[in-house]
Amino acid sequence: MWGRGGERRAPRVASPSAGMGEFKVHRVRFFNYVPSGIRCVAYNNQSNRLAVSRTDGTVEIYNLSANYFQEKFFPGHESRATEALCWANGQRLFSAGLNGEIIEYDLQALNIKYAMDAFGGPIWSMAASPNGSQLLVSKQLLVGCEDGSVKLFQITPDKIQFERNFDRQKSRILSLSWHPAGTHIAAGSIDYISVFDVKSGSAIHKMLVDRQYMGVSKRKCIIWGVAFLSDGTVISVDSAGKVQFWDSATGTLVKNHLIANADVQSIAISDQEDSFVVGTAEGTVFHFQLVSVTSNSSEKRWVRTKPFQHHTHDVRAVAHSPIALISGGTDTHLVIRPLMEKVEVKNYDAALRKITFPHRRLVSCAKKKQLLLFQFAHHLELWRLGSTVATGKNGDTLPLSKNADHLLHLKTKGPENIICSCISPCGSWIAYSTASRFFLYRLNYDHDNINLQRVSKMPAFLRSALQILFSEDSAKLFVASNQGSLHVIRLLEGSFKHLHTFQPQSGTVESMCLLAVSPDGNWLAASGTSAGVHVYNVKQLKLHCTVPAYNFPVTALAIAPNTNNLVIAHSDQQVFEYSIPDKQYTQWSRTIQKQGFHHLWLQRDTPITHISFHPKRPMHILLHDAYMFCIIDKSLPLPNDKTLLYNPLPPTNESDIIRRRTAHAFKISKKYKPLLFMDLLDERTLVAVERPLDDIIAQLPPPIKKKKFGT
Amino acid sequence: MRGWGSVSRGKRPINRLPSGKLGAGPVTASPCACAKMVEEESLRVVRCGGSELNFRRAVFSADSKYVFCVSGDFIKVYSTATEECVHILQGHRNLVTGIQLNPRNHLQLYSCSFDGTIKLWDYIDGILIKTFIVGCKLHALFALACEDSVFVIINKEKPDVFQLVSVKLPKSSSQEIEAKELSFVLDYINQSPKCIAFGNEGEYVAAVRDFYLSVYFFKKKTTSRFTLSSSRNKKHAKNNFTCVACHPKEDCIATGHRDGKIRLWRNFDDEKKYTYTCLHWHHDLVMDLAFSVTEGSSLLSGGRESVLVEWREAAEKNKEFLPRLGATIEHISVSPAGDLFCTSHSDNKMIIIHRNLEASAVIQGLVKDRNIVTGLMIDPRTKALVLNGKPGHLQFYSLQSDKQLYNLDIIQQEYINDYGLIQIELTKAAFGCYGNWLATVEQRQEKETELELQMKLWTYNKKTQGFVLNTKVNMPHEDHITALCFCNAQKSENPTLVTTSKDGHFKVWILTDDSDIYKKAVGWTCDFVGSYHKYQATNCCFSEDGSLLAVSFEEIVTIWDSETWELKCTFCQRAGKIRHLCFGRLTCSKYLLGATENGILCCWNLLSCALEWSAKLNMRVLEPDPNSENIAAISQSSTGSDLFVFRPSEPRPLYIQKNISREEVQWGVFVPRDVPESFTSEAYQWLNRSQFYFLTKSQSLLTFSTQSPEEKLTPTSKQLLAEETLPTTPFYFILGKHRQQQQDDKLNEALEDELVQLPLTENIPAISELLHTPAHVLPSASFLCSMFVNSLLLSKGTKSAEEIPDDVSMEEEKESVDSDEENNFTEQVQDTNNTDLGKDIIHQLSKSEEKELRKFRKVDYSWITAL
Repeated sequence: MWGRGGERRAPRVASPSAGMGEFKVHRVRFFNYVPSGIRCVAYNNQSNRLAVSRTDGTVEIYNLSANYFQEKFFPGHESRATEALCWANGQRLFSAGLNGEIIEYDLQALNIKYAMDAFGGPIWSMAASPNGSQLLVSKQLLVGCEDGSVKLFQITPDKIQFERNFDRQKSRILSLSWHPAGTHIAAGSIDYISVFDVKSGSAIHKMLVDRQYMGVSKRKCIIWGVAFLSDGTVISVDSAGKVQFWDSATGTLVKNHLIANADVQSIAISDQEDSFVVGTAEGTVFHFQLVSVTSNSSEKRWVRTKPFQHHTHDVRAVAHSPIALISGGTDTHLVIRPLMEKVEVKNYDAALRKITFPHRRLVSCAKKKQLLLFQFAHHLELWRLGSTVATGKNGDTLPLSKNADHLLHLKTKGPENIICSCISPCGSWIAYSTASRFFLYRLNYDHDNINLQRVSKMPAFLRSALQILFSEDSAKLFVASNQGSLHVIRLLEGSFKHLHTFQPQSGTVESMCLLAVSPDGNWLAASGTSAGVHVYNVKQLKLHCTVPAYNFPVTALAIAPNTNNLVIAHSDQQVFEYSIPDKQYTQWSRTIQKQGFHHLWLQRDTPITHISFHPKRPMHILLHDAYMFCIIDKSLPLPNDKTLLYNPLPPTNESDIIRRRTAHAFKISKKYKPLLFMDLLDERTLVAVERPLDDIIAQLPPPIKKKKFGT
Repeated sequence: MRGWGSVSRGKRPINRLPSGKLGAGPVTASPCACAKMVEEESLRVVRCGGSELNFRRAVFSADSKYVFCVSGDFIKVYSTATEECVHILQGHRNLVTGIQLNPRNHLQLYSCSFDGTIKLWDYIDGILIKTFIVGCKLHALFALACEDSVFVIINKEKPDVFQLVSVKLPKSSSQEIEAKELSFVLDYINQSPKCIAFGNEGEYVAAVRDFYLSVYFFKKKTTSRFTLSSSRNKKHAKNNFTCVACHPKEDCIATGHRDGKIRLWRNFDDEKKYTYTCLHWHHDLVMDLAFSVTEGSSLLSGGRESVLVEWREAAEKNKEFLPRLGATIEHISVSPAGDLFCTSHSDNKMIIIHRNLEASAVIQGLVKDRNIVTGLMIDPRTKALVLNGKPGHLQFYSLQSDKQLYNLDIIQQEYINDYGLIQIELTKAAFGCYGNWLATVEQRQEKETELELQMKLWTYNKKTQGFVLNTKVNMPHEDHITALCFCNAQKSENPTLVTTSKDGHFKVWILTDDSDIYKKAVGWTCDFVGSYHKYQATNCCFSEDGSLLAVSFEEIVTIWDSETWELKCTFCQRAGKIRHLCFGRLTCSKYLLGATENGILCCWNLLSCALEWSAKLNMRVLEPDPNSENIAAISQSSTGSDLFVFRPSEPRPLYIQKNISREEVQWGVFVPRDVPESFTSEAYQWLNRSQFYFLTKSQSLLTFSTQSPEEKLTPTSKQLLAEETLPTTPFYFILGKHRQQQQDDKLNEALEDELVQLPLTENIPAISELLHTPAHVLPSASFLCSMFVNSLLLSKGTKSAEEIPDDVSMEEEKESVDSDEENNFTEQVQDTNNTDLGKDIIHQLSKSEEKELRKFRKVDYSWITAL
């Protein structure tokens, strides 16, 4: 079947741009991928990284310096719903959740370092002691639990250690905030806020919150977030739609802002304490700023300034980076809204970002059998593409003679999410991995029936993988494991043989996340998040060379057929071409580096996630990101900043002269979006996997109903 | 007709409209011109009130007692407590464009005008103190406390480029001072003063235009400019700025936008760090904004929704509303004391609103919101001008006091202000039987075939002093009603109404008995339907004695006997459709006049049934004077409108005035004078018994006058003195003497009866005094009650009957003398005003008054206790 919901979609005859040649395009819209909602975000000022946890327990790390690239992720776990996420002691990332455990993540090896039970029931909130405090020699971590206890943990270099409990409160502690000096903490509970003295551990104030909700006082008022300012002011946000300012010295309410008819669910304050951001259940994010009352007086006041409505659903988490407001919620978008007054020059930071899809591949394709493998959180789906016998003009939608087939639905065992998956080019092998197990299946096609056979007895070292890749002839399997090693496995009919393991370079523990193999099977390229790309000789089973490291992480890798040129895309939209046999950048790559990319190309904000090549046209590089598909024709001149990057002219009705004059190396089509995957099936056929945002929103729970004027 | 075109030559030159003025400009001749033509013979076209009250923001006096508003060439001073106009400050020779309290003396008022002068007034006494001559057209005025200069908006050579400049006002003792020292502040600003605001005691000025806000800081001499995304971006196409206001205490600027948003800007001294927040409730453009003066804690906004919104603490969720204000809010102003707000509305109305959002007073001028389709009528009872005003209403407008008396809701349905909605419209109205009956026609036509018609007949109720709906007729005709008229003959025993319609019929409606077992009632029914060869009936008219009815059917005039409804004769001139039709009056009642569409005025003799005379005249208005034979006709030509006054019996006009108005005159009406004038000149005798008013297309109400403008205004000026001297009138002493007297229920009842039968009380001087004294001058009701009781009693007694007229005549004498004595008197009393009244004042009574008081003491009131 083509399209979603029984809607028939035919392959299209389309030539995305002039000079690209004509392709039949399979527009696939039956990949029902729904990202899970964002629960927490935590911004780390030192490394300029953002940690995002989702409702399925996935934790993602975004590098804000590297064009907001999602450079790391930790797979989710069914029982491990995170409720709190925080950075502590510089670069250490902790999370806590409803299973009562505190988890620390290993950001190098990309796995969970340890999990420790806090013994206070489900944990609702967590806060690490502030950086600037001189009082405390070592770092401390606070968690607020279901049983009303606030527990203080000491962070030791390799673990955390329980220190003591604070005075126990009546109801669960939903939010916590340290005073910047580290002497006091504010804890938000149901109907009240407690202020604790850290030294004595006793509550010195209990500030009761007005329950009134639009004139009705029946419901309990939940303090969803608190923020402690250095002047002793406590800001609280609650379920009655209020933002309140309290004086913690006297325990009195100073100011009240009613901003929403629904819950205000999150708050984040800037480091300078001159602005903060709150998110509401109506999807609105409000910015508050400390502005001086008059230009010549020192009196300052908190003023609600701009509202931002980038979300349709609850904004569960907000963060405040020095230059941007970051928000995420149930509608699964991560929105980064720059503060224009803080942005110095017009670059990546000045644009509004909306990140919806993961920056990694969820689709793999068996070209010969025309099979697509879709990866979901807990299952895999195998589809066979439909086919058509009809022909048509450019732009026509062709009727299908055979619908797409859902061949296989493979559920994982256990609560863990799938990290990665792959189908072999011949279509007879499927491999996937969770955090603790690796699975390899053999597929036998018997007309319409499929026989699935698990390859058992995986070796002990092959417990989990970050990336899986089959060689072009499907004879070899390459697995990047999270210890930083690369395993090469030969596949035989129904069994396998471990050939070799490339050990990580001495001294580095960085895991490899991206793999590419040359079509002739001789070369394997692997890249981690920061170091350069390593190229291995598969025949000789040794490291061939290392492409010099670049400032920005690699987002996609591929090795061209015949020439064995390695094409590398980075998160700042730079594309390099490196000749593996010559161990140097190619002439074309040097030219484009000298001339520079088009400014519009560099302004693109989604990373290139896939690179492929045309078997018959060696000069072409095919690549795509979420919003465009591009063919780089190396034989044509490069565009400069004055030429149009996106050629708007349709290729049919222009003369050859104009076409030649305006033609440049970048042929871009924005017809298919959001594009999750696009590849060449054969010389004349493309497959494009789209996931319209409307389909995702349709599968989300309904948002809060708001009366809209005029409806 | 012979000679109509050339008669006007050789006459005295006629005052033309001052050139270069727009339709909104006044039509009075300049005062210096008047001074030379003091003799009554010069007849001029004058604007007679009804000018806009909502042209600019109103201004409150410092004590909130008065509110000032510009009104044409004048500035009107209203009392906020009683809605009464206490002063008209006049002296400007062109439209007044801005007023502002003198920030250094709260008893003075600055005003600026298109005539290029800034004037300083003492508004308590209504005296012009100084005139500063600037020289160029001034569009708005702003005054600041800290500087000795004022800011005005002028326009440069180009028509659409406006500048804000400061004008240094030189200190000089002379009356007229040249103020030529202009210094430039801001360029390319909007013409409207709503788009300029001064903030934080004059530290900066904010100006908005199109899509940008510019803020000029006086100390730093820098301008910050903030631009909204422009109209090129389709999504934000409607966010142009419409108005601006500055917070009185903080650095905060509020701007209104066309899409209904209000933005509050802060940190605007830094072009990069500026921030703003949005408040959005209005769905249509924000017309005006104002901060509450005292703390600036609340922001007021208004727009087309006719709802005043108060944003407390500038928070979106904390707002209060004052809805149903009747019409679009054009301006909002706040009193310096902060206790009152004033909103100006598009229906020429100002509402004074208390701090707690309760409307306390309404100052209503002539409503000019919509097209006048009913024409001008005179209510025979109140002599008020009647025309349609608010949607679905008839307004009764007093020409003497230049204010609206009341609104009569005809359609009686909620008016929904929505663009493109087809409304029920009041199209025709007529008074009959000396004001006892009022007929109205309303229609609504959504599609060609769906006509909704309704005719309503209203009877005058003496008890409630108003019109009450008597009969409602649905679809009185099949098609549009073109005319309706009552038979106003004296002898006719039962009222008759005739309606003509495009469906080719005319219908005669008579009043019949409609009593049933529950009540006695009368109602209107159709008595006769007439038609003539299926032509559309276009006009109807009764002869003065009511015996004949003339109905025009397109080109043909038919005459019907009103007794038998027989067709008597027809006239046909084949000169186009009849547009106006009227019978002659008094000695000329044998003539019938008709004006046709292609510019022929015909006069038929009913006795000979022949055309008496005809004239070529492109007629717009044909209006007979009810008190004489005269008929006024206004014709339209390319240069302007001309007035002709003639008698049907004579083909030569009595009076011609060329070019009474540059634009088309739509309606005219004769208003009978209370006191007949006696013009000796033959040419003006037609004005002796009635005054002629006419309304132009831009809805300026104009009339003819020979008086100089100064003379006209004396009566209102006198009222001012009254307010100050109120506690010491002799009348007051009469009241004060008896205030300890107890009231009696029975007497109160008697009083009510008296009030209903007004004519009876007219001869009682105390009551007439009461009724003629403006309400804001009157003492409290408890004083008045006893006064009434006394006056009623005295009129019956023989003793006091002599004395009261005495008292009145003395008062009149005093007033007419208008001498130094009275002034002295008031000054003396003012000294003692603050101290305990009673005794002190009695010492200062004049001899005659003491005599009067002594007489009163002798009156025996002991009988009251016996009641």
